[in-house]
Amino acid sequence: MTELKTFKNITCTFCGALCDNIEVKVKDNKIEELKNACAISRKKYEHALKDRTSPMINGEESTYQEVIEKAAEILKNSKNPLIYGLSSTTAEAQKNAVKLAELSGANIDSTSSVCHGPGTMAKQLVGMITATLGEIKNRSDLMVFWGANPVEAHPNHSKRYTMLSEGLFKKNRSDREVIVFDVRKTPTAKMADQFIRVEPGKDFELLMALRLIIQGKKPETEAGKVAGLELAEIEAAAEKLKNARYGSIFYGMGLTMTGAKYMNTWAAMSLIRDLNNDHQRRFVMMPMRGHGNVAGSEITMAWQTGYPFAVNFSKAYPRYNPGEYTAVDLLANKEVDAAFIIASDPAGNLPKKAAAHLKDIPTIILDPHWNFTSDFADVVIPSALKGITASGTVYRMDHVPLHLRSFLEDEWPDDAAAVAQIGELIENA
Amino acid sequence: MLRLKNAVIYDPTNNKDGVKEDIWIENGKIAAEPKPEVVKELKAADDLEEIDLNGKIVMAGGVDIHSHIAGPKVNSGRVLRPEDHRRDNVARKGKLRSGVGSTVPSSYVTGYRYSLMGYTTVMEAAGPPMKAKHIHEEFGDLPYIDKGFLVLSGNNYFVLKFISENNQQALKDYLAWLINVTGAFGLKVVNPGGVEAWKEGKRMRGIDEKGTHFDLSPKEILLALAKAADDLELPHPIHLHTNDLGSAGNYKTAINTMKLLEDYRLHITHVQFSSYGKNEDSKIKFAMATDEIAAEINRQSKLTVDIGQLVFGEATTMTADGILEYNLHKLSGNKWVNTDVEMETGSGIVPMNYKKKNLVNDIQWATGMELFLKIEDPWKVFLTTDHPNAGPFTAYPWIIKLLMDKNYRKDYISDLNDKFDEYTDLSSLDREYSLSEIAVISRSGPAKALGLKNKGHLGVGADADITIYNNIEDNDIAEVFAHPAYVFKSGKMIVKAGELLDNLEIGKTLVTKPEYDQNIIELIREDFQKYYSISIDNYPVTDHYYDKIEVIPCVTKE
Repeated sequence: MTELKTFKNITCTFCGALCDNIEVKVKDNKIEELKNACAISRKKYEHALKDRTSPMINGEESTYQEVIEKAAEILKNSKNPLIYGLSSTTAEAQKNAVKLAELSGANIDSTSSVCHGPGTMAKQLVGMITATLGEIKNRSDLMVFWGANPVEAHPNHSKRYTMLSEGLFKKNRSDREVIVFDVRKTPTAKMADQFIRVEPGKDFELLMALRLIIQGKKPETEAGKVAGLELAEIEAAAEKLKNARYGSIFYGMGLTMTGAKYMNTWAAMSLIRDLNNDHQRRFVMMPMRGHGNVAGSEITMAWQTGYPFAVNFSKAYPRYNPGEYTAVDLLANKEVDAAFIIASDPAGNLPKKAAAHLKDIPTIILDPHWNFTSDFADVVIPSALKGITASGTVYRMDHVPLHLRSFLEDEWPDDAAAVAQIGELIENA
Repeated sequence: MLRLKNAVIYDPTNNKDGVKEDIWIENGKIAAEPKPEVVKELKAADDLEEIDLNGKIVMAGGVDIHSHIAGPKVNSGRVLRPEDHRRDNVARKGKLRSGVGSTVPSSYVTGYRYSLMGYTTVMEAAGPPMKAKHIHEEFGDLPYIDKGFLVLSGNNYFVLKFISENNQQALKDYLAWLINVTGAFGLKVVNPGGVEAWKEGKRMRGIDEKGTHFDLSPKEILLALAKAADDLELPHPIHLHTNDLGSAGNYKTAINTMKLLEDYRLHITHVQFSSYGKNEDSKIKFAMATDEIAAEINRQSKLTVDIGQLVFGEATTMTADGILEYNLHKLSGNKWVNTDVEMETGSGIVPMNYKKKNLVNDIQWATGMELFLKIEDPWKVFLTTDHPNAGPFTAYPWIIKLLMDKNYRKDYISDLNDKFDEYTDLSSLDREYSLSEIAVISRSGPAKALGLKNKGHLGVGADADITIYNNIEDNDIAEVFAHPAYVFKSGKMIVKAGELLDNLEIGKTLVTKPEYDQNIIELIREDFQKYYSISIDNYPVTDHYYDKIEVIPCVTKE
């Protein structure tokens, strides 16, 4: 391939916003030019072909077939393995991973359990009122960002879906009011009409105060304050929420992983529910999901097992219990005796105690790039690059599916093929 | 070749009502009986397998015209309800994948349970176009049954835009394009105009009032869509969830809709939910309107309905009718999911528990039963529970028993609210369905209404989807229909003695491919690129998402 070839409307898989308008020019199996990519995306694309993994067993160079066989052997000999990661791979690989978990009687969990999983647990309590991103672009006159900072984490989000986008009924920034609730004045807060500083760890109290005010009740205060805010300030914010016609709240890990965790999201979901009780007003909410296909990991696991994450197959049928079958707990409690990490870096991201156990047990990693986990993993399986050298399906933060088209060649098979092959070796053993 | 010997055939399409005959199967299809010399040759070559059915009942595989089995809404229901699955576990067995059941089963278990009940074709009732890939992905994990989906189109931006511009040609082309690019089988219309109104923070009642940004009445939307479906010669007409669904007094809206569309083909789904009267003097407000609804259905010649029979116990309501789910949430206080889908539709989910002593639930239950008994021609009325809305599909065998046995019905009623007879006619209805009529409402009728010429019957050339039941003389009717002796799918045995065999297979996806003018893509491109959040180039479901596909031709005129 020596001619410059252009690929349009390519989907960037690096974050949950899954922008599908990337234009790539390719020559000699290299990216020559990128259009519409944000700063994060550009960096990821530029880095994509560097630092690639190769087949390794116990630190020694090996062959692809050998690492696949070794992985199957480890999982087969394990009494209680863990399959973990999944949020940066395709739905096809995720489906195969669930099958592999079933075949090997494993626990299977995604990075969701350490980011937006608590939100899913809150949904199981109260439900969730949501919309696709385009709906919010078209209709939302009030946008609230709560513990979320898309300007830095999802840079094209505001241009494509929210504040700065052109919608059907809402045409530009001036058609929308923007409020940011956060513990610090983030770059997103700087773009807002109003920034409300929440006392760290007090999101739950503030959300409940807003609920009470909207229900026409008066919240209890400490020295006239809730979550570090004067009651009058909270009442003014409640009034803004009430004046919306189609409000939206985007929430981040500032809500799901702090203080009351899933109860924070429960409070936010309950607030949104209350806000829909006025017949002229609609209100929706959306988790700002981080990894490109973390939504897909919950979706694929749910249709195969009935449950979104934290699933255990030791009884040959799926059981669900966050707190027991979640990766952090299984590792920290030293309950698992082998781990298969798919497209993730738990050594870099999980709490120390959990990550430490990975060094004590046989660990397999399937990832196109070196990371902290592959540095010590017993088996390293290389893989093609999602959305660059591998095709497949990904689900956006609002559960809209997109098909990835590959535009470069790779020497390694993709995640889906690797996982399927390991599964076949176990199934036919 | 396979020969099913000594079958007692109930095949209403071919006028066989308990006829003793053999059935011959070759290449997944029903074959004509070979000449004696050919039989001899087959036997000599050991190419003839024979199964003696000893006078067992044989019907075509069941066909479900309306069920929620795959896609974003169903899956969100699974995630929402861990409590629904907990006590209903299905372990891995041989090649059969594990899963969970209850009202929103996992994909594998959905396929198993339909198959174990002798159902071989199921239509997923409602899919949002922009999430169609998700539906097809799940179809790939939904074993045995053939399936298709109906694409939501009653509140779609381009549909409403073209109707408001009076551009019927563009509407027709757009709908055909939509069916093609989403891999749909037909058109679903849910509360036309009313879901857009919900997204705009408005309420609509009846079908005459104009409303929403598009300034259209449901009447205008309904007429344009019914006409387009007829002009496209879609095998299945528009599949309608009426306006005002679920509310007391809504039977008037349903009858107005039936009369409005009398000249077009029309299927009204889960009509039970659209057949309520209103009694201002009564404490519960709810009343029966089955006489009025049944009379209108009896009067019309093209109209078909399915019931959406209520089943007491746990259910998970889920629909594209966002406002309806909000109302159910307010009514029950139960957890509530709502998802608005840009440019296309809304949706919602609320778990429910229908109680035998609850008079409103009793009236809903009786409405379904009375419609079954008051609609005279079984070819117009089909068995559904709007799974999992009015109850799970696994209740079909017990509904069949209620229809076939008036004594069982009487016993059943004795468990309901003491005031049941004051509000309903059911105790006075003596009609009992025959086996042949059951065959109509559970396979032959739905197959005909869907335009599936190779399904729902056992004539030569039909798909060899066959269910073999034990005799009802010696067995409980519900047990007979819950546990068929054998089930064949595309000529292969998948169930034997009430157990799935270990040959996990994925069935076909049924699609239609109506023709359209390619210019429609350019006509919608600008608005699409502006107001959707994905590119039009990434919208179509590509071939990666189809495994086995069957295109049902768009021919309705003889």
